[in-house]
Amino acid sequence: MSGFANEVSSSPLSFWSYFMDHRSADLQLLWSHTWLSVVPVVLGLVIALPLGWLSNRFSWSYPPIMTVSGLLYTIPSIALFVLIPPLLHLDQLSELQVPIALTVYSVALLVRVVADGLGSVSEDTRQAATAIGFTPLARLLKVDLPIAVPVITAGLRVAVVSNVSIVAIAGTIGFQNLGNLFTTGYQLSSGTSPYYPPIVLGLVLCVILALALDALVILAGRGLTPWRRAARG
Amino acid sequence: MATGGPRMIGNVITWLNDPSHWRGTGTTDGIVTQLERHISYVGIALLIAMLIAVPLGLLIGHTGRGGSAVSLANAIRSIPSIGLLILLVVIISPHFHGRTQAGFIIPTEIVLMLLAVPPILAGTYAGVENVDPAVRDAAYGMGMKGGQVLLKVELPNSLPLVISGVRSAALQLIATATIASFVPLGGLGRFIYDGLAQRDFPQMIGGGVLVALLALLVDLLLAAIQRILVSPGVSGRFSKRADRRRGAAGEADSRVAAVDEAGVTV
Repeated sequence: MSGFANEVSSSPLSFWSYFMDHRSADLQLLWSHTWLSVVPVVLGLVIALPLGWLSNRFSWSYPPIMTVSGLLYTIPSIALFVLIPPLLHLDQLSELQVPIALTVYSVALLVRVVADGLGSVSEDTRQAATAIGFTPLARLLKVDLPIAVPVITAGLRVAVVSNVSIVAIAGTIGFQNLGNLFTTGYQLSSGTSPYYPPIVLGLVLCVILALALDALVILAGRGLTPWRRAARG
Repeated sequence: MATGGPRMIGNVITWLNDPSHWRGTGTTDGIVTQLERHISYVGIALLIAMLIAVPLGLLIGHTGRGGSAVSLANAIRSIPSIGLLILLVVIISPHFHGRTQAGFIIPTEIVLMLLAVPPILAGTYAGVENVDPAVRDAAYGMGMKGGQVLLKVELPNSLPLVISGVRSAALQLIATATIASFVPLGGLGRFIYDGLAQRDFPQMIGGGVLVALLALLVDLLLAAIQRILVSPGVSGRFSKRADRRRGAAGEADSRVAAVDEAGVTV
């Protein structure tokens, strides 16, 4: 990529022509960044749902599950990236270490959110659902979870937006994603002559990606809770 | 190809146990020096962020105005810190010559500070907002002025959420200060990036372990400070009934989680 650097002016505003010059490479970075931001959150939600349900259903399991997830969340992302391979017998710099680390984070964040969301269902609602003949499983799927959607949605928004930022950090330890644009710009900036286009392009694409994923989560949350719109309208 | 597994864990322990890695050698700085730097980058940024965010959050919560400042602070969250750091470094560092590191330290502190403001602001704002209106009315009814209500009633009552905000900010800063080592600065991230560059994986993983340990220790320390600072009347600690105590703590925690998220929602 650096070979083409001289074709583009180094002004911050020429990030667009930089993008057009390296379109296929940049789109590839954007694609892998998107993939790395979304898949761990989805996996994390799939794992967090039963755990959150468990800790809400059986109150003895709430403190240990929340303590463990709280501890996992305190481990810095870059530390988790480098700790995953020895713990899971992977090669150093394995393709899997970043998605696994991000999944761990998403689970840690979402378990509490799911438990709190399910906990926010009022006792009256539960009893009414049971009284009109819902089995426990049907009540969970058709009553408790839908009511918990707004709380879970709020947690998912935090998870995807912070993932976009954490993935960029993985770009500085050798993984292919939008973070590479920052390292490229840094390497092409020498001494007193900064080379802005890749850095600005990376920032713009990251922010757009974060906002777009955030908007998708909001839309999905609204789609799953049509009664809230009805109540408001 | 280096393989993972128990042998690597043993190598990491060996690396961490070597006294020369702690003291450093003539050419490289040891863990002690890098730890001090790491703590100073985090401490300075956290202090500045608290000086900005706590008064601002109290003011916004007290007056009930300026909620848009909170959502603005949260919009900042979507900016990747590593990208902002590198942008600021290429802008600022050419203005410093010679042996000074100011060209790298100033951008690092700006990025860390921007990262710390949103959680502290959201925590403070929500803390004041969540104060029981009856308590606030009682304070006014006793003849307190607005400022007195803020400092003597709203602040002590919101302290658990304020400190929770500081705790989550501190954790984020400890994690993010590692990227200061990507631009050539010290800190514990040095071992991660040097280990990566030299393919010295025990060093890289050892650095990761140290960052994680620091984060856990600081979180425990702040939890202890929270216990000391928060009035037992607010935390409900005087209650002898363990289940009630746990319930209160759980409720406060979940409110923080809600706050963290509310930041983005509001």
